[in-house]
Amino acid sequence: MIWIPFTTLLRKESTRFLRIWSQTLLPPVINQSLYFIVFGSFIGSQVSDINGVSYMAFLVPGLVMMSVINSSFSNVVSSFFGNKFQRSIEELMVSPTPNSVIIAGYASGGVLRGIIVGTLVFMISFAFVRPNVEHLLIVILFVFLTALVFALGGLVNGIFAKKFDDVSIFSTFILTPLTYFGGVFYSIRDLPIFWQNISKANPILYMIDGFRYGFYGQSDFDIRLSISLLIAFTIILVALNAHLLKKGLGMRS
Amino acid sequence: MKKIIMKRSLAIEIKGLRKTYAGGTKALKGLNLSVEEGDFFALLGSNGAGKTTTIGILTSLVNKSAGKVHVFNYDLDKDINAVKSQIGVVPQEFNFNVFEKVIDIIVCQAGYFGVPRKIAEKRAEEILKALDLWDKRNKVSRSLSGGMKRRLLIARALIHKPKLLILDEPTAGVDVELRYGMWKYLKELNKEGMTILLTTHYLEEVEQLCKNMAMIREGKVIAQGSVQELLKSLEKQSYVLEVYNNEKAQKQIMEVEIAANESITALIQKLSEKGILVNDIQPKTNRMEQLFLKLLK
Repeated sequence: MIWIPFTTLLRKESTRFLRIWSQTLLPPVINQSLYFIVFGSFIGSQVSDINGVSYMAFLVPGLVMMSVINSSFSNVVSSFFGNKFQRSIEELMVSPTPNSVIIAGYASGGVLRGIIVGTLVFMISFAFVRPNVEHLLIVILFVFLTALVFALGGLVNGIFAKKFDDVSIFSTFILTPLTYFGGVFYSIRDLPIFWQNISKANPILYMIDGFRYGFYGQSDFDIRLSISLLIAFTIILVALNAHLLKKGLGMRS
Repeated sequence: MKKIIMKRSLAIEIKGLRKTYAGGTKALKGLNLSVEEGDFFALLGSNGAGKTTTIGILTSLVNKSAGKVHVFNYDLDKDINAVKSQIGVVPQEFNFNVFEKVIDIIVCQAGYFGVPRKIAEKRAEEILKALDLWDKRNKVSRSLSGGMKRRLLIARALIHKPKLLILDEPTAGVDVELRYGMWKYLKELNKEGMTILLTTHYLEEVEQLCKNMAMIREGKVIAQGSVQELLKSLEKQSYVLEVYNNEKAQKQIMEVEIAANESITALIQKLSEKGILVNDIQPKTNRMEQLFLKLLK
């Protein structure tokens, strides 16, 4: 009774973003390509190596992770809110599909889109640099857990959202700044101590740093701390989503 | 799933149901209702009486404030998923994804109820053919006409073979021909054993389809019973007759009033004995409308 609703939801979600690939897959690939060209090729050639890695190679994990974060988050928030807005979410709510399956189905859709976009961006990076992958399992673990955390975050946003503006507010005012200040373009070791300490409160920093460790075998933080944080966020967000769905916030009067 | 053994075979048993919305509106004030298995039951009442709230609670779209609800003896509080499995719902408003294809909407809904995809596809074909939507299966739902969208809601509600079908004004805005087609289909489903709960503002629909009914007013049931028995409670009925005088062969229109427990056939017989032949009989006012207004007084 769990497997069939889960595969149905996952299939529906993946069909949705694949059907509108020009809105869901193509834009992040173009955006990140522009970053590679402008920051990597044009500006990067004038920037010295970071921790013994060329600036272009340093950028690759950050830009891949940035696309994974944005894609997994926006996939779930837009899909869930779209269903809420059209009231087609009632199809799920009148069914015996458990809330755990609803969370798993939507989150898996987000993770899948995040990983597909991340893979495409990684492939694009080959046109500019041949990044080294030292710890493949760490790369896979970080990309999966990060996509999962942001897909779950997207679901929380989708549940809370009451109007279309609410879908983009978190993404624009919180997620994007945190991503840009999360070490995509620089190592925090290069920042003054004050800003290093401030940056440590940014969870995205640990995700990108851990992911980069998988490529180059060096990180600003202990990799175990980063993994622990990702697992903690996953648990908190699963519990929060379960609570919100049980209450039926914005869906059940 | 724990099933409670009860003596009577009830599809729906509601006791003391109350609902107060966040704004303080009391939609239900201790509603009691019983619907037997296999019944074709009408839930009537004016706008805002509490019909949609009752349906919302039955289908888990509205949280109840107090009271007990059992569906086929499953307790809504203890076995919500078992309750959900028994019910197919046709809502008042269209609530499917307008960008999805008809077939995808139906097959996905089956999946949410745990029906394997291959079985769902086979069932979808049967139901869509029965509802004359098979040709539209690959169309996105927003391209369908209003009547087709209504039928799509019915198809979606039936895909998991529910034992109880709840229809919230299913024929609103549907043309006469289509409405008659839907009635026929619903009658067949009921004949096959499906319990049907219907709310409608077309009172003719109730007289044509339903065995039993309940009238809700201000969140409470004010009358419940057999449709025919309740109709008999009307004191009198008015008819418009088109009659011919046997000798003059002149057509005349006359209005008659007879007691509700008297037969119109007896009146025709009496007129015939006096040389007046009845060519056509029409009820002056719809009997269900009379009953509706009487109960609401």
